[in-house]
Amino acid sequence: MIRRILRSPSLGEFGLSLLTVFLALIVGGLAMAFTGANPLGVYKDLVVGAGFDWPFHLIPGNPLGVNALLAENNLVATLVLFTPLVLTGFAVAFAFRCGLFNIGGTGQFWVGSVCALVVAQHVGGPGGMVLATIAAGIGGAIWAGIAGGLKAYRGAHEVITTIMLNWIAIYTTQYLFAVAGPLTDNSVGNGVSKNILESAQYPGIWGVVQKIHIGIFLALACAVVYYVILNRTTLGYEVRAVGFNPEAARYGGISVKRSIVAAMAICGAFAGLAGAVQVLGVNYAIPASDVPVIDIGFTGIAVALLGRNTAVGVVLAALLFAALQSGGTQLSGSFNPELASGVSNIIQGTIILLVGGELVVRWLVGRAKHERVVPDVNPNAPPPQLPPQAGATPL
Amino acid sequence: MAEDPSSASGAASSGAALALELRGITKRFGTFTANDAIDLDLREGEVHALLGENGAGKSTLMNVLYGLYKPDEGEIFVRGQRAAITSSADAIHLGIGMVHQHFMLIPVMTVVENIVLGAEPQHLGQLDLDTARERVRELSASYGLAVQPDAVIEEIGVGQQQRVEILKALYRHARILILDEPTAVLTPQEVDELFAVLRTLVAGGTSIILITHKLHEVLDVADRISVLRRGKKVATIDREGASERSLAELMVGREVLLDVARSTAHPGETVLSVQDLWVRDDRGLDAVRGLSMDVRAGEIVGIAGVDGNGQSELIQALAGMRVPHGGHVELNGVDVTRANPRESSDAGVGHIPEDRQRHGLVLDFSIAENTALHDYDRPPMSRVYWLDRDAMVARAADWIQLYDVRGGGPPTPARALSGGNQQKVVLAREIQSNPRLLIAAQPTRGLDVGAIEYVHRRLVEQRDAGCAVLLVSFELDEVMDLADRILVMFGGQIALERASGSTDERELGVAMTGGKVPA
Repeated sequence: MIRRILRSPSLGEFGLSLLTVFLALIVGGLAMAFTGANPLGVYKDLVVGAGFDWPFHLIPGNPLGVNALLAENNLVATLVLFTPLVLTGFAVAFAFRCGLFNIGGTGQFWVGSVCALVVAQHVGGPGGMVLATIAAGIGGAIWAGIAGGLKAYRGAHEVITTIMLNWIAIYTTQYLFAVAGPLTDNSVGNGVSKNILESAQYPGIWGVVQKIHIGIFLALACAVVYYVILNRTTLGYEVRAVGFNPEAARYGGISVKRSIVAAMAICGAFAGLAGAVQVLGVNYAIPASDVPVIDIGFTGIAVALLGRNTAVGVVLAALLFAALQSGGTQLSGSFNPELASGVSNIIQGTIILLVGGELVVRWLVGRAKHERVVPDVNPNAPPPQLPPQAGATPL
Repeated sequence: MAEDPSSASGAASSGAALALELRGITKRFGTFTANDAIDLDLREGEVHALLGENGAGKSTLMNVLYGLYKPDEGEIFVRGQRAAITSSADAIHLGIGMVHQHFMLIPVMTVVENIVLGAEPQHLGQLDLDTARERVRELSASYGLAVQPDAVIEEIGVGQQQRVEILKALYRHARILILDEPTAVLTPQEVDELFAVLRTLVAGGTSIILITHKLHEVLDVADRISVLRRGKKVATIDREGASERSLAELMVGREVLLDVARSTAHPGETVLSVQDLWVRDDRGLDAVRGLSMDVRAGEIVGIAGVDGNGQSELIQALAGMRVPHGGHVELNGVDVTRANPRESSDAGVGHIPEDRQRHGLVLDFSIAENTALHDYDRPPMSRVYWLDRDAMVARAADWIQLYDVRGGGPPTPARALSGGNQQKVVLAREIQSNPRLLIAAQPTRGLDVGAIEYVHRRLVEQRDAGCAVLLVSFELDEVMDLADRILVMFGGQIALERASGSTDERELGVAMTGGKVPA
């Protein structure tokens, strides 16, 4: 059994992701050493800042001297950020499995946020909570479905259209909640929406200062949904067939166009749910000033890449990125506080660079050479997960 | 000449002068040994055929010789002198020329320009094409390689392009010529012409290594034959005394049936009827031009022809993958002219596509998933929207046994299988759906002798079971061996129709190149 796991290809992929993270930590460590700080000390602070030391205070007698309350607050902050990142990660990962690159997570996130907000402002109670969540998913799905439809029926490349749709969503949301905007709470006067009804807020489950809310269960449930759709349904079969080889999919009788639209819509639903989670579980309102700076949608790309588009991988990658962001803000002591968040940005950037330039990593483990010279590989076989170019026409 | 002591012994051990000698060449890729201690010698002025199935290590060995791969062990001697070949430039410098299966010519340039490319003659810093043209004329006259020096490559035929490739090597003073599957793209007449050229070259002192898997060609032209099997050289024999059967057995390592045992066909009612069909290719040009034909139950109709005469477009139109812009296609009397792939397979068309890796399989899918490509969304493979993976795996396991797929089970990715076993997966899927019409496009392309034998047997079985079989192949032998009725396709139309047995290679070859055949 153990031998079978060791031989499975997914472990190799997992190992590659681990190596990627490890290399990124070394690069970050070098940057810190240049500024005169002790990298190991900073990494310890980063772990503490993310609250990952919290379990150790459960050891009888607390031998490591963990500050339980501080650790709890830090861990809650990490998990609150983890929740939407899981969802935007799946929004990108699902598209990749269909051979599509969804850069539109941000736009879908904001459309979902607005849908959740408007519903939860008017319908309260558990029903309002559920309705607002569903509305966010549908809103995101429609927004992404537009890009899917343009790709399938007009040949417009999804990278271009999702970026365009991002800006439409961002500017529209900003307009809605700007000072004197149509949905702004004008009694406050600084460009923020009315709060949602208190009864429609996601209940908190843990935490003192900040609370982790039930949205985390939604995110984890989506991991199961993601896995089940891809591997257990006919839709997932179609999506994967199109992603691996659109020509063979068409030969098999699969409607490639319908699969593209469906895949994009499901991506958008995941990203829309991320918006619901933030509005209903964290912010309870949308300040116009938040709109251009929240990058949860974009971080989803890195999460999906590092998680290699698998359910478990995306969850783990989301946890890592949440820890880096949240832990970075809590850094103190051994490191210059101005540069604190810079460290986690360096690490994140390096991870993205390494995943993007995956060949570099493969070369480092000596695999690239081996694969290049294996004979009898058909040069005409399409490389997996390359966006299909079916019917691409100039705009 | 070199005074390397080891080379002297090498030349002395054999009687004739050696142009080339490989000793103990071993090349490994990871744990896979592509060439295992191969010894091979090439005499001056001989044609030495290198025979072997796909993956036997022929190409690897030639790439080692041409400096593209570095061998892990072994030595190469050129004309008695030990040679370190680390790049193709070294090989060219030593007088080794290679004609690849896929030509390396620039289509918009002329014959002369292509020949001199990379070794351009200069006069006062200017390209001196006149001198080059003169040398090309001399070479082509002395070896019977007729070409027009100023013709543009894209406007001349495949056979001529091949001559240009050979001239390219001769222009660089090649004394040793490696030809990789040179006849794959040629008509029978062009093959004859090529072999005449090879004989002239050999008479002029050039030594030739001919890589091929066509047994009768080997017996036609080679002086000696070396057979590779699974990376090892199993024998080097003289042509005298060799037969197709003995060579095939050496290649495969067991007895093979070269001729498909089959009874006479008993054609029944018409299954496929094509009337005045017009189909465009990807560039929007008419590829099939008013083609009419029919295929009846219980017969194999073979379409012969040179690649690019509309065969691919015809098949794609019949399988629903390309919409014709004129004419009618009827299957059992039902109009399927504008059917999509799903409607076509539902109407009873089984289709073994030309390119199994591009169309026939999703290489990253498991074998089980690949077997369900046409029916994943209906019972028993799925209920409503839920896949029944157990049913999929169970059926795949059955088919794997039934079709003798080796190298993996239902969860194995199709990518991990060899070409022959991949094709068996496609065959299983297309035949097990009990088609009324089975379209087999290039069904044995790239397969080894054993797998070819298997595919042919299956096709005949289908015919005998009352299926209408349409076979399209660029291998004339395959069409002649299998088909009950032979159609020659040229320029998007049926140029000739003959009952099997009432025609020969020559007549078909003429029709394949657009020549007139008396009716």
